[in-house]
Amino acid sequence: MPVETQEERGETASPVGEIQLLRWSLLSWEPLPLSGASLRSHDSWTCSLLVPECRLWDPVHVFLTPVVPQWPFYNLDTMFMRGLKRKCFDGEEDIEGTLAGIKAIPSYNLQRQSLLDMSLVKLQLCHMLVEPNLCRSVLIANTVRQIQEEMTQDGTWQMINMQNTGQASVDRLVSTDILCRSSREQAEGKHVPGYSTFSKDFEGDQAQDSSETMSTASSVQALRNLQSNVWEMENSQENKGNFQKSLDQIFETLENKSPNSVEDLFSEVDNSYYDLDTMLTGMMSNTKMGHCDGLEPFPSPTTTTSSSNCKSDLNELDHIVEILVES
Amino acid sequence: MEEDVETRKINSSFLRDHSYATEADIISTVEFNHTGELLATGDKGGRVVIFQREQESKNQPHRRGEYNVYSTFQSHEPEFDYLKSLEIEEKINKIRWLPQQNAAYFLLSTNDKTVKLWKVSERDKRPEGYNLKDEDGRLRDPSMITSLRVPVLRPMDLMVEATPRRVFANAHTYHINSISVNSDYETYMSADDLRINLWNFEITNQSFNIVDIKPANMEELTEVITAAEFHPHHCNTFVYSSSKGTIRLCDMRTSALCDRHAKFFEEPEDPSNRSFFSEIISSISDVKFSHSGRYIMTRDYLTVKVWDLNMENRPIETYQVHDYLRSKLCSLYENDCIFDKFECVWNGSDSVIMTGSYNNFFRMFDRNTKRDVTLEASRENSKPRAVLKPRKVCVGGKRRKDEISVDSLDFSKKILHTAWHPSENIIAVAATNNLYIFQDKVN
Repeated sequence: MPVETQEERGETASPVGEIQLLRWSLLSWEPLPLSGASLRSHDSWTCSLLVPECRLWDPVHVFLTPVVPQWPFYNLDTMFMRGLKRKCFDGEEDIEGTLAGIKAIPSYNLQRQSLLDMSLVKLQLCHMLVEPNLCRSVLIANTVRQIQEEMTQDGTWQMINMQNTGQASVDRLVSTDILCRSSREQAEGKHVPGYSTFSKDFEGDQAQDSSETMSTASSVQALRNLQSNVWEMENSQENKGNFQKSLDQIFETLENKSPNSVEDLFSEVDNSYYDLDTMLTGMMSNTKMGHCDGLEPFPSPTTTTSSSNCKSDLNELDHIVEILVES
Repeated sequence: MEEDVETRKINSSFLRDHSYATEADIISTVEFNHTGELLATGDKGGRVVIFQREQESKNQPHRRGEYNVYSTFQSHEPEFDYLKSLEIEEKINKIRWLPQQNAAYFLLSTNDKTVKLWKVSERDKRPEGYNLKDEDGRLRDPSMITSLRVPVLRPMDLMVEATPRRVFANAHTYHINSISVNSDYETYMSADDLRINLWNFEITNQSFNIVDIKPANMEELTEVITAAEFHPHHCNTFVYSSSKGTIRLCDMRTSALCDRHAKFFEEPEDPSNRSFFSEIISSISDVKFSHSGRYIMTRDYLTVKVWDLNMENRPIETYQVHDYLRSKLCSLYENDCIFDKFECVWNGSDSVIMTGSYNNFFRMFDRNTKRDVTLEASRENSKPRAVLKPRKVCVGGKRRKDEISVDSLDFSKKILHTAWHPSENIIAVAATNNLYIFQDKVN
């Protein structure tokens, strides 16, 4: 390799082709801040929910060091790439202990399920004041569809069977209110209480519809909340009041719709929401890192489901996407 | 890639130590004008800062044309959409210069919703000797005026003023991601996620919609427009890229609404690399015509591809920008880095292409020699007049000295925006809130 460039030999500027001999001098400027330039008063950076105060954090470090966030899918990439091995980190005995109930080897189904859950969380997390990025939402929604299609083909679509008749107790449905927290609350480590949930096991068809209505109303309501200016912490009573209002709205709009569309709009509760809920409950109630006592075991991947449930879940997803993109 | 590059350093450190990083200062676009004399940057706070190249002086030939601040103005202000209860960011998404036709400079700057045409002009003379006003501007009593004089122009300190000449608003429902000036210099287009509009510079209350990919039922939406650009010579031709990794070339002569493409560029998927993230990493973040107009370059998450306009079924060149991230896609998905939109640029002769990466690295690929280099834009590793040292990322196994392992890359330091001087080897690299200007060293 020549030591001198043509420049050094006094010839004309070297052709760009000789990249290895290009040398660069640094002239560095920064834009001068204007006096009185207003800074944005709210926080709008992309932030992972599960890592508090994560303004421009280094994800790779977080994942691969012993200080691990509450997200149980540590070392996701290893799980996804190798599929069979699970790395053990120092200081994570707690995690290992609580996850003793599940298989030690994360299966492909598990990885896929975790990716689906993560994607659903992402779809529901939105910046409060600024419109969500449509490209990002579409890409995530496509990923979710792809996973769900594959799950449908495999027949491993997981549903919690909530058809326990006569059960009037309130089951827990993840409200997106919980998933979207202001960064302030995150920093303070508050636990936003009260997901209002409704069982879909009311007796009678009308009641069935109304319960499904409420479950979707909760997501619609939550999505509307995402676009409100002020992020308020709602207690469970407030939630129920809001649900009642949105319930009325939903009923009004649905009066003219055909029964088929009603069926399409309101689907059964998705098991993935349930999983997300239990895991997030555990995570949020623990402020210490590495403390994962609240984690519940992953659902068994052997639950079977009918294909009609899968289709209605896909429709529910479409419905959510529709709300997101039309807002 | 041989790495025995000399590292001559000149001991003149003038680096300021600004450790604050306000979000409003994050640079969101960088663009040279057509002569390279001016360099415009837009930031997240809606400001535009224009740098001008110093005239070369014979006294100091080694200080060949440094860039100094020429003008700063607030282009866009934050707005509030009351109907949707959403804020419209003032962040400048793109700046495009118009070719110079008189003494003033014109540029287009856009945020998510509104495009503005700015005129940047110099004022170095002012008239003195008015009859009806005195020097302070106060009106004189007409009865006190005894003689008439002709005002004369006297030199004053150079003042650069920026005035908004046109505001093109209310034409986009979705977020504008690209603007492109047509080669006829009378029209330009603005592209958002689902539509592309054609504007005339003189008309602000109307625009033509030339592409609309919004489905009738939004539930069926699976693809969005990510970037668009006019052909540099043919005023009827433009391309737009999509989130599915496809590029469509359209001819405006065929129909008013260019929903049907003239050419469709798509590379068949490699089945061995298929994963859940395949679609996301294939989403094209930037598309640029070469200066010759013969090629287009596209940037997706991991690669840069050069396409020949005459061949639609695959690119003619593919360059790996940071393939070591392929095994980290899930982490990058989790922290949203996988959605980062990197830009790419051609050099003046279309022989070298450049794009950014993480850890303040940027990459250059020489299309002729097939050599590539990774450089870093950071204050710690560079001093003024110092030669940049090529960097290397090691993927695993033994890490040599001076190499950086993938796990210690800083993903918050990303270089999304770069620009290349149209005729010389001068590049501008935006690293978060810092602008670096590099030029090849001349003795």
